[in-house]
Amino acid sequence: MLEIHLILFFMIAAAIIAVEVKDLLSSIIAVGAVGIGLSMAFLVLKAPDLAIMQLVVEILSLIILIRATIRKDLPFSASGRWAFNTGATVVFFAVFLVCAYMALKGLRAFGDPLMRVSQAYLAEGPAKTRALNIVSAITSNFRVIDTLGEGVALFTAIIGILAVARKVGHKKKK
Amino acid sequence: MGTNSEKGMGVIVKTVTKLTLGFILLYGIYITLSGHISPGGGFAGGVIIALSFVHVMLAFGKDAALKRLRPPGLRLVISGAALVFLAMAIIVPQGRVFDSEVIVPLCEAAIVGPGLFVIFVALVLLSKADKDSE
Repeated sequence: MLEIHLILFFMIAAAIIAVEVKDLLSSIIAVGAVGIGLSMAFLVLKAPDLAIMQLVVEILSLIILIRATIRKDLPFSASGRWAFNTGATVVFFAVFLVCAYMALKGLRAFGDPLMRVSQAYLAEGPAKTRALNIVSAITSNFRVIDTLGEGVALFTAIIGILAVARKVGHKKKK
Repeated sequence: MGTNSEKGMGVIVKTVTKLTLGFILLYGIYITLSGHISPGGGFAGGVIIALSFVHVMLAFGKDAALKRLRPPGLRLVISGAALVFLAMAIIVPQGRVFDSEVIVPLCEAAIVGPGLFVIFVALVLLSKADKDSE
């Protein structure tokens, strides 16, 4: 597990740099370093499907961030109601920590999953679906409704963006 | 980053783009169709297909990329893929495993690829409109 700890420290350092650095382009590149670290972590944890997906999505989001938002001045408001903001942050953080402690006690150890339904998938998956890649056998056969929901979420995002960015209807009112 | 985003980048970038565009598109299709054998699948293949068109748009400008993918055709492809996917999920009876190693990744790639390209184009055009109005 030494590699995963090294990658985690690299990701945390890159995330801190992304938050703290003043230049916007440097910050975006640091975010990209976090994504590359996550992709390598997936590869070390033996999940090449997720590693490929993380890599390509990271490239696309990096291009979108650089191309579409780099010239903007992001307004940063640090004034007003700081006592309320800080208090709300502390309260929500405390609630999150308490709930996380209670929830994490019930979880099983890392690398020791509960194999009730998954055992049937692993045993019967390759024979039933004729797919060698067991991840694809599950996502596109046993849990195809789940994949459909993923597609619906993306489809809704596309429709929303097209509705905001369309040409027809952008008329100025008198 | 080119200085003029309408005309694209220099001649070196344009030549390399012409050479590599087909390979990137082919790799996306390969990732999509071989997802049941090797790592990959519909989502990753669709994002790679979208990246090939983003590549064209960055190198040649907006018009050259939109000439290859017309907005009505894009809408038709995305909506058609979503409808085919939905029809498969409704028609196939419950509890039966069906042969979906080609159709499901193809539908997913057809939703994801053009969809992410449309999102990229819309975000770039929106930021440009904001810059012009200032």
